[in-house]
Amino acid sequence: MATGVGSSSALDARDTFPKLLLHHAKVRGGRPAIREKDLGIWQTWTWKHFADEVRALACGLAEQGFKRGDHLALVSDNRPRLYAMLCAVQCLGGVPVSLYQDSVAAEMAFPIQNAEITHALAEDQEQVDKLLEILPQCPTLGRIYYDDPRGMRHYKQAQLMSYERLLEIGRESFERAPAFVETEIAKGAADDAAAMFFTSGTTGVPKGVVLTHHALIDRSRAAAEFEGLDDRDVVLAYLPPAWIGQNIFSYAQPFVTGYCICCPESAETVMSDMREIGPTYYFAPPRVMEAMLTQVMIRIEDLWWGGRKSFHYFMDVANRVGGRILDGEPVSLWNRLQYFLGEIFVYGPLRNVLGMSRVRVAYTAGEAIGPDLFKFYRSIGINLKQLYGSTETSVFVCIQPNGQVKPDTVGPAVKGVELKFTPQRELLIRSPGLFKEYYKNPQATLEAKDAEGWFRTGDAGYVDQDGHLKIIDRVKDVGALADGTLFAPKYLENKLKFFPYIQEAVAFGDKRDQVCAFINIDMDAVGDWAERRSLTYSGYVDLASREETYALIAECVEKVNADLAREPELANSQIHRFLILHKALDADDEELTRTRKVRRGFVGEKYASLVDALYSGKDSVHIEAKVRYEDGRSGSISADLRIRDVKTFAPAAARAAA
Amino acid sequence: MTVALHQHPRAFPVGDVILSVENVSLAFGGVKALTDVSFDVREHELRAIIGPNGAGKSSMLNVLNGVYHPQEGTIRLRGREFHDMNSHEAAGLGISRTFQNIALFKGMTVLDNILTGRNLKMRSNFLEQALWWGPARREEIVHRRAVEEIIDFLEIQHIRKTPVGRLPYGLQKRVELARALAAEPTILLLDEPMAGMNLEEKQDMCRFVLDVNDHYGTTIVLIEHDMGVVMDISDRVVVLDYGRKIGDGTPNEVRSNQTVIDAYLGVTH
Repeated sequence: MATGVGSSSALDARDTFPKLLLHHAKVRGGRPAIREKDLGIWQTWTWKHFADEVRALACGLAEQGFKRGDHLALVSDNRPRLYAMLCAVQCLGGVPVSLYQDSVAAEMAFPIQNAEITHALAEDQEQVDKLLEILPQCPTLGRIYYDDPRGMRHYKQAQLMSYERLLEIGRESFERAPAFVETEIAKGAADDAAAMFFTSGTTGVPKGVVLTHHALIDRSRAAAEFEGLDDRDVVLAYLPPAWIGQNIFSYAQPFVTGYCICCPESAETVMSDMREIGPTYYFAPPRVMEAMLTQVMIRIEDLWWGGRKSFHYFMDVANRVGGRILDGEPVSLWNRLQYFLGEIFVYGPLRNVLGMSRVRVAYTAGEAIGPDLFKFYRSIGINLKQLYGSTETSVFVCIQPNGQVKPDTVGPAVKGVELKFTPQRELLIRSPGLFKEYYKNPQATLEAKDAEGWFRTGDAGYVDQDGHLKIIDRVKDVGALADGTLFAPKYLENKLKFFPYIQEAVAFGDKRDQVCAFINIDMDAVGDWAERRSLTYSGYVDLASREETYALIAECVEKVNADLAREPELANSQIHRFLILHKALDADDEELTRTRKVRRGFVGEKYASLVDALYSGKDSVHIEAKVRYEDGRSGSISADLRIRDVKTFAPAAARAAA
Repeated sequence: MTVALHQHPRAFPVGDVILSVENVSLAFGGVKALTDVSFDVREHELRAIIGPNGAGKSSMLNVLNGVYHPQEGTIRLRGREFHDMNSHEAAGLGISRTFQNIALFKGMTVLDNILTGRNLKMRSNFLEQALWWGPARREEIVHRRAVEEIIDFLEIQHIRKTPVGRLPYGLQKRVELARALAAEPTILLLDEPMAGMNLEEKQDMCRFVLDVNDHYGTTIVLIEHDMGVVMDISDRVVVLDYGRKIGDGTPNEVRSNQTVIDAYLGVTH
């Protein structure tokens, strides 16, 4: 079967997505391009069907006054029609802007005003309602097409038109001027804007990231070649299309390689749809991976004891040798035999239940993934890897190569990417996949990308001995210990939080001579642990101050220290002393943000006396604290908190031990 | 709870009387469940029957559906008079219903449960179905499609293959509605569709009941306890108390009817 990668001059001619579509319609017109489960049955669009639909849509859009350079908003879940519309817009030299389906109406107003969006595709009545709500603030929005007509019968607004009607208009127009679309496609150039993504904007207003055809196609092709993707691969498109990753996996990469994407029936059916489809190429953020594992573990707990025992036996085997077998390392015959049995009785069926039987390449990214979670999937034979990238870089910056997968790095740079670090350890990237600009925001563009084309990521990190990139923290959070060595609080906190017993951690050490930490226990996990040991306690404060709890947490901290000792850059960041807080950090007390991120500075000031005690060498500290209850009343808690010293390791000794 | 109702012209405007109950009385031995009750239901209408506990609401529904046969009075469906109609005939005439206590096949999947609602529409014989041959096969495809459309309409795709017994109560109620719809009824009888539901489930159910009425034009007669729900979604309301009709009219008329207020709040004697 053709892989879609031809001679380089032929590739140069296919430099925009519409040109790629025409190519696939010609070369593999009968192969599936998109599947969607509709009324319980998977319906297939071939590449030819896809191209026909796009052609008609493009004609329809042109009839409706959509011009080169115009923007069209897409507010829809993953559906074939969404992707057809996306491509139709690109055919006419317009720029599609996907918006998150779950945003509230007010959040959609800014992108629409900013990009002066004239046309929009809304999936259903719900999305139409939102767009109509903000219509008075968005005078440019003149046309709203809707996909699902259910409930739309009563709407009489002049701006509304059904997708079906648009298609009809387009088909009539195509009959009259069949060459129109092809001419428009030929006018498109690689450096034209292909898509715009609004960054989430946790800091300040959202920015519209403009990406060119060249950037998206180049990165998609580089990653596809790296992983050997071809038109036999299958992807399940289940994450929001407004997120760049989904666009890459379900639009850019299939257009480059010709593989097929599948749209689930609804958000609730993703798991069963995945089992039916059996994707070969898969992406999931760590929280999805974690949720799936939890589901599995709950069901395992319901098994009869023999089943449970054998599950745990074979998971131990997998834990020992599974990852090494996947990486092609030598493993003893006895271990291989055990793993083989496990494959028959546990790992194979488990992969099947997860819908991952056919997965060749799975990625996770977005946030730090716990090493145990990561190892679990790899040990049962799923080739889960990490990658690094962002909207501004067309995703692919670093990917872990097969056989060289480490839980705490993101792999070496993908072909074509250059990495560089500032003295503050900020990662700079130069890559063909870099964004063109922030839309209508030259100031921000200039701040993010310098004249030589280096993009400031805002992430701090370094490249380790094997040439793998390791991201440790956001640059603005990174500090230095008194002796000048690196201090990356979030990196330490994440390492601590990977233990189930630790809910939150706050690390201190900037401009100090050593690192100390506050710990929040996870009430469920520690409570369960205490119950199994018949340890009685009266409540959170009591449990948090128990000697046994301190011993448990100290063990976790020591493991982190042993880990840190192995990393030359971070060996000095070992945690010397810690205390367990008497209360859970809470967003209502302003100690966490609403998205549950620790406000380190605020916590440090609020509990200054505790921080001082950590650094003064005392064994315990008395605290009187005001607490605000959820009903608005306030009270006070007083407690004596212990402070505990933890064993640290000399860097060399740790290496010898390891 | 507010549900936006009929803000727009209806696709199926309320038409002529389709079902009329005339002077119906029903007694079980000495217990009089219904006494001289008369009311009518118009085509495409959302008609509610309300009343305090033991007012005879469910008995009324059972009379309409042919489960009970009233000792006196007549029931006319499209002008035709029926005396001893049984429930099988009622179903054949286009009357479907749901039950207060869910009556689904717990061990069967949602899909199979809804398919049972198509039973009356199946024409192929037992042998053909057993062999899944020719007409039986074509027929099943048609029925499966009809069922899938209902599944899509009521948004229960994610539980299509789940045994009904494993579902939460609110979803079971929705499945029961789906099965009733599968028979493509002209009149749908709902016996306390929102009983035992939480607020969110009630809102969902309200929306589905209204959607069914709006989309398929189905005439709906529902019994409900929750006054708020009834007043929001129905066109006209019949009020029963101790087996007698004490009020009949639009929600506003009923709300201001002194007899109804007395029945609900009690009066000092």
